[in-house]
Amino acid sequence: MYVSNAWPGFWRAALLALALLVGLGGAPTVLAQADPDREAATAVGGVSPDTWRQVRSGETGPNFRDSRAESTYNLVNASGETWRQLRNRWVSPFGLIAIGGMIVVIAVFYVIVGRKDLSGPRTGRKLLRWPLLVRSIHWTVATLFIVLALTGLNLLYGKFVFRPLFGDAVWGAMISASKVSHNYLGPLFGILLIVLLARVLKHNWPKKHDLEWFKQGGGLVGKGHPDAGFANGGEKLWFWLLATVGIVVVVSGFVLDFPNYGQGRDTMQWANIIHAVGALGLTAVALGHIYIGTIGSEGSLEGMTTGYVDETWAKDHHNLWYEEVKDQAVSEQQISAGRPPPDDSEEAATRS
Amino acid sequence: MAQMKFMCDAERCIDCNGCVTACKNANDVEWGIQRRRVVTLDDGEPSEVSISVACMHCDDAPCMAVCPTDCFYKTEDGIVLHDKDLCIGCGYCLYACPFGAPQFPKQNAFGERGKMDKCTFCAGGPADSKEEEYEKYGANRIAEGKLPLCAEMCSTKALLAGDAQTVADIFRQRVVQRGHPDGAWSGNPQAAADNLAYDATRQG
Repeated sequence: MYVSNAWPGFWRAALLALALLVGLGGAPTVLAQADPDREAATAVGGVSPDTWRQVRSGETGPNFRDSRAESTYNLVNASGETWRQLRNRWVSPFGLIAIGGMIVVIAVFYVIVGRKDLSGPRTGRKLLRWPLLVRSIHWTVATLFIVLALTGLNLLYGKFVFRPLFGDAVWGAMISASKVSHNYLGPLFGILLIVLLARVLKHNWPKKHDLEWFKQGGGLVGKGHPDAGFANGGEKLWFWLLATVGIVVVVSGFVLDFPNYGQGRDTMQWANIIHAVGALGLTAVALGHIYIGTIGSEGSLEGMTTGYVDETWAKDHHNLWYEEVKDQAVSEQQISAGRPPPDDSEEAATRS
Repeated sequence: MAQMKFMCDAERCIDCNGCVTACKNANDVEWGIQRRRVVTLDDGEPSEVSISVACMHCDDAPCMAVCPTDCFYKTEDGIVLHDKDLCIGCGYCLYACPFGAPQFPKQNAFGERGKMDKCTFCAGGPADSKEEEYEKYGANRIAEGKLPLCAEMCSTKALLAGDAQTVADIFRQRVVQRGHPDGAWSGNPQAAADNLAYDATRQG
């Protein structure tokens, strides 16, 4: 039994040995047949053009991995160069042209045409135009607008002027202060702008006579004074610019100002371009608004400082409004005595 | 003067993240910031390929072009560095950078991002003392005559750092050796047609 049991075991061992021998002998042959160069050339499949299109699109594919924590950034930020070119080649120079051009146009206009004087002597009787609340909001918004415009301009152009002028220490403090005030005052401006727009909306609904007002160039040139209600065509245009472009600037500013909500790089690129174009445009138009409201026309500024305008001014610039409220005119003595006119209320001043 | 460049040979990169770790260690980078990242395309597919990415120290650097404070500068070696004292954390460099290199320690309301941080090619940055330089920018290995630690530590030598000419020579040699028709890993038929594998070392 021992022998008969041993034989199959022997054969098994022998076969195993033979198999091992063949295996050992054969393996090097197989390895030797491989061509290392050929293998190197074919081992890596290579990323397909589709993958590159995916990379360029800015969106990451399902099999995209990035070792950086919480990174949603693609391999290549393809839109970055577009943003750079738009900002540096278009927004920057054309913003300067818009604002510089506006200053030149206003200066030339002032020199040639000069201030728009009242058509006759002041009557000394005053009409309430802007109640205290509107004046307060207006000047707050105006101050914020100027601060935001100056700091914004500094962020776009300051490095070309102030860094070589003042050196790094002053420039560093200056640009840092610009960014901080721009970012913290911006939202405040946005909120107050909406409050102001809501407050004066009722004066600014377009009317048929506004079209005529624009056809006559607002009467800024020449002698004539086209019809106008409480707000003339130009004021309404400024209102609606702020109500559209202004809101767009505010909203895009919020997108840029609050990265904590995790909006992407691409979103912020577009928000930045929209913000810059809108803000530069509004700054240019604001120069016109400031000009007309101050040195550009006699008797306008006092409406927004004291709240009252002279009857002559009202007749000149807002004849339709004057017709409505002329019976509410008060004398200067009454105002300086602190005695309010018969009904010093918003409704009385702005009934239309 | 040398023109310092990084080059990652994607056929050699094995996605080990050694470069990322080496960088963090060499520069003692702030928590949450990772100056170098490894990106894998087509992960799990036959065409899977990985590449290590950081600041590429561009010749025409978009970050420099858009920075409102003008805090970037280029060293004699073509390394793009920035001054953290001037940085206001506006994020514009991040919008413009093709490689997502600039990073910010924070991402808070009112655009509070802190000072931008990015790869310095292990060349430190502007500071009054060595200690301050290390604190703000990390190691200055270039001043010690050493190359960036990420490339020095790369186990497969996929990541190369050094003078552009030297790096290009090494890579060209590899491409010739591989005989790869498109030079590297683009799979682009045009690159194959351009015969990037042309053996520049061969005479005649």
